Amino acid sequence: MHEMSIAEGVLQLIEDAAEREGFRQVKTIWVEIGRLSGVEAEALAFCFDAVTRGSIAEGAAFEIVPVPGLGRCHECGKESELEAVYDACRHCGAVPVEVIGGTEMRVKELEVD
Amino acid sequence: MCTTCGCGHGETRIEGDALHSHDHDHEHEHVHADGTRHVHSHSHDGGDSHDHAHAHDHSHGHAYRPAHSHAPGMAKGRMVQIEQDILAKNDAYARQNREQFARRGIFALNLVSSPGSGKTTLLCKTIEALAGRKPVAVIEGDQQTSQDAERIRATGAPAIQINTGKGCHLDAHMVGHAFGQLPLQDDSLLMIENVGNLVCPASFDLGEAHKVVILSVTEGEDKPIKYPDMFAAAKLMLLNKCDLLPYLSFDVDAAIAFARRVNPNIEVIRTSATSGAGMDDWLAWIEKGAAAARK
Ligand SMILES: Nc1nc2c(ncn2[C@@H]2O[C@H](COP(=O)(O)OP(=O)(O)OP(=O)(O)O)[C@@H](O)[C@H]2O)c(=O)[nH]1
Ligand SMILES: [Mg+2]
Ligand SMILES: [Zn+2]
Ligand SMILES: [Zn+2]
Repeated sequence: MHEMSIAEGVLQLIEDAAEREGFRQVKTIWVEIGRLSGVEAEALAFCFDAVTRGSIAEGAAFEIVPVPGLGRCHECGKESELEAVYDACRHCGAVPVEVIGGTEMRVKELEVD
Repeated sequence: MCTTCGCGHGETRIEGDALHSHDHDHEHEHVHADGTRHVHSHSHDGGDSHDHAHAHDHSHGHAYRPAHSHAPGMAKGRMVQIEQDILAKNDAYARQNREQFARRGIFALNLVSSPGSGKTTLLCKTIEALAGRKPVAVIEGDQQTSQDAERIRATGAPAIQINTGKGCHLDAHMVGHAFGQLPLQDDSLLMIENVGNLVCPASFDLGEAHKVVILSVTEGEDKPIKYPDMFAAAKLMLLNKCDLLPYLSFDVDAAIAFARRVNPNIEVIRTSATSGAGMDDWLAWIEKGAAAARK
């Protein structure tokens, strides 16, 4: 399952940070997930609970910061919010629009002890 | 976890050995985006704190407001800014693989599809057709067994099997390790058969020149829009098992139209790994890419 390895990636970033910053417990983690990242936020939160058992992030609150998909139209030059990569331009109907946002998966910040 | 590079690939095996059972000199030093990090304390006084019991409540809107997320009365922790892409590590390994391929003139393809579309059969046929013309090596990815690598070796080409255990895709780190074990001449063709899965491999760059998605006609013409990420990421779609078309109601034009809706630039070749139809076009496509990759 895809979200599982993404969750493992998040845990790895946390463990790297713990080594750098010398914290022993993570209370909250904020993760930015783009609408077009191919990752399901609910599933990721579920997997995160599973992979962090017994780790410094066990029981941490997993806060997902959603980022909308954003595209720019080649025809009219305007930007549209995208639900999917193949959505048409909301202004003129042209396809495809160039994806310019919403593919990110980033660990933003941690609250630690 | 690997002590050399900190990778946590517990179940991954290459030719039966755990990923880090051996001592290897890591070309890939870890890239910590140190430039972006800093530590600071937030004062969490006042404001509209909401209850932390809603750990999975996704109603934050798009604004990023960590300071507002504190349970009243709960001891406040220190805030650590991370700002790192979750796939940054994979992408760094992928970059190293790509540089290595480029240095050696290797044309690498990442073959992705759902299970059973005909990847291994197609690879075997491709190797046979290229025999004496172009050296080919294969990295095989499956959750279990080394059957596919054995099928490849039976053609005479070198192959390395990666078993991902529970993992559902190859990542760039595994591929870098496997590549190091392959006897590969410069200017050769490297085919990476990903784990059969139309979802996850789309997100993981392995350092390949192109992803090639194989859609077999028994899967239904709607797959490109049901699994758009994979078709959006691919340079070429091989429509395989075309020998079966007379027995199916698969609409080839609709399948191609769906693929182009997701990826207007995707190239399409119709193949049958069993009858050999379309193989010439496929081989010509490879030759063109390989010529561009050559040193
Ligand atoms: N009729 C027909 N059958 C094919 C064709 N290509 C592959 N097959 C059959 O499809 C089945 C699966 O083929 P594989 O090559 O093992 O498929 P794969 O994509 O490597 O499968 P996994 O590695 O398990 O995901 C085998 O029984 C093949 O003989 C084709 O072009 N036509
Ligand atoms: Mg196979
Ligand atoms: Zn996956
Ligand atoms: Zn437009």
